[in-house]
Amino acid sequence: MSIDKDTAAKVAKLARIKVEDSELDALAGEFNAILGFIEQLNELDVDDVEPMTSVTPMRLKRREDVVTDGNQQDKVLANAPDAREGFFAVPKVVE
Amino acid sequence: MSDLTRLTVAEARDALRKGETTSVELTEACLAAIEAAGGLGAVVHKTPEIALDRARAADTRLAAGEAPSMCGIPVGIKDLFCTEGVASQAGSKILEGFLPPYESTVSGQLKDAGAVMLGKLNMDEFAMGSSNETSVYGNAVNPWRAGNSEAALTPGGSSGGSAAAVAADLCLAATGTDTGGSIRQPAALTGIVGLKPTYGRCSRWGIIAFASSLDQAGPMTKTVRDAAIMGAAMMGHDPKDSTSADLPVPDFEAMLTGDIRGKVIGIPKEYRMDGMPQEIETLWSEGAEMLKDAGAELRDISLPHTRYALPAYYVIAPAEASSNLARYDGVRYGYRAPLSRGDGVTEMYEKTRAEGFGPEVRRRVMVGTYVLSAGFYDAYYNRARKVRALIKRDFEQVFDAGIDAILTPATPSAAFELGREISDPVEMYLNDVFTVTVNLAGLPGIAVPTGLDRQGLPLGLQLIGRPWEEGDLLNTAYALEQAAGFVAKPPKWW
Repeated sequence: MSIDKDTAAKVAKLARIKVEDSELDALAGEFNAILGFIEQLNELDVDDVEPMTSVTPMRLKRREDVVTDGNQQDKVLANAPDAREGFFAVPKVVE
Repeated sequence: MSDLTRLTVAEARDALRKGETTSVELTEACLAAIEAAGGLGAVVHKTPEIALDRARAADTRLAAGEAPSMCGIPVGIKDLFCTEGVASQAGSKILEGFLPPYESTVSGQLKDAGAVMLGKLNMDEFAMGSSNETSVYGNAVNPWRAGNSEAALTPGGSSGGSAAAVAADLCLAATGTDTGGSIRQPAALTGIVGLKPTYGRCSRWGIIAFASSLDQAGPMTKTVRDAAIMGAAMMGHDPKDSTSADLPVPDFEAMLTGDIRGKVIGIPKEYRMDGMPQEIETLWSEGAEMLKDAGAELRDISLPHTRYALPAYYVIAPAEASSNLARYDGVRYGYRAPLSRGDGVTEMYEKTRAEGFGPEVRRRVMVGTYVLSAGFYDAYYNRARKVRALIKRDFEQVFDAGIDAILTPATPSAAFELGREISDPVEMYLNDVFTVTVNLAGLPGIAVPTGLDRQGLPLGLQLIGRPWEEGDLLNTAYALEQAAGFVAKPPKWW
């Protein structure tokens, strides 16, 4: 399967990464090189294989469903590029 | 004592306990070495004040006589580990200015054991790379040079800064992380030891995530003994990581007897790649002979799905990366792109991620997005997960047949020049051809330096062990290290 310019644009959009129109052809080319490499996986019959989930069988641990953390608004906001009045600030979302 | 920075962790520990030196002296020697080694690009955030505070505290603890092995030992921490109040950027612009309000479990365990953090170490951006060339900080440079050439060589990647710092004696040991070979490949290219533990041995909590089902932290050290000491201090169950194994961590150092009589070492025929340099071939067969001379039995084995490991990895790792890196949106931490008038929230995401991520990270996030997108999920992602199960089964079958450890080359070549033009991204991926199977199967693997190539560059071999049996693996590595007697050091030019 070959990825064209439109598909590359669609993938960039889904990934929320801005790609200039002039760069889309090169990007599609890179995708095709990588996907061509991945195509080898189709040589194998995997119909009866269960996908791997862990190194050795392990029961996922459970914990009490209780609040263990909180009340640290300052720490939560400390790294924000734009925090105001106790909130993360972003450009206008709703007109 | 002279040459304090050249000490191994074990030597320094013994000297500290005997009172022959102090942690402050060791730390000052390392800080001076770091100041003089700017040309290596290994240390990207220096923390001398934290280091000296911790060194003084360690000396107090040592004087009280109840200090663990890592107490007072100066180490470097890969930039991927969140360290409280100290820049932790994963080598990326998108985490510029981020100061974690918490400490990763692994770096926290080292800190609690009394280890002294000297600073943060260079790496490929988000651990995506095999040459340390995708870092926002610029290249880390290998302290080794080829013959009389002055060309700058890669220290490997992604833990390139860690490898360069340990090889150049800027720190006694360093932390690394390994998703497809990022501890073992740089260790091999710089003549040091690198251990990737079994998946689940080290907590991933607080380590900036790349591919969560593959990522594993481990020690990068000058000797196998040091890997045993530091590895044990990094491992252990952590309730904050649901994939962390609730298993006791044995005293690995006590298991280093060097006695491997009766052990069965597998030599997998699929690792004999077309076009493999003769030097690597020779190194490998010499390493096998060394283990045989030490009393091990060599057995030819087959791991038939080996050639599908890299393609499976390049589905699974980008897929997980695209999910993990979705959090970098310019809202909660790190970089936000300058916006134009009228830009909304979507433009903020798109511009921030375009400017904040480098080209390799952007490429992998988009490949991951593609293989996970509607209609392709089964064809790519689920198929790769099934192939992964087949790769793991290959290993299970040879271990069930009585193999104790598997010997392979660590890398397909010695260190290569920085700045090589690589037009096809797949070409760089081939660096991980011998290491990536181990991540997919979740097994422990270790790189041990065993020789020099004809240009005087270090080469390493890899040993792969049974799950959770790092102690036995380290002992086999110790026997190999003793037999190889690798003591070469790069001449200081920096």
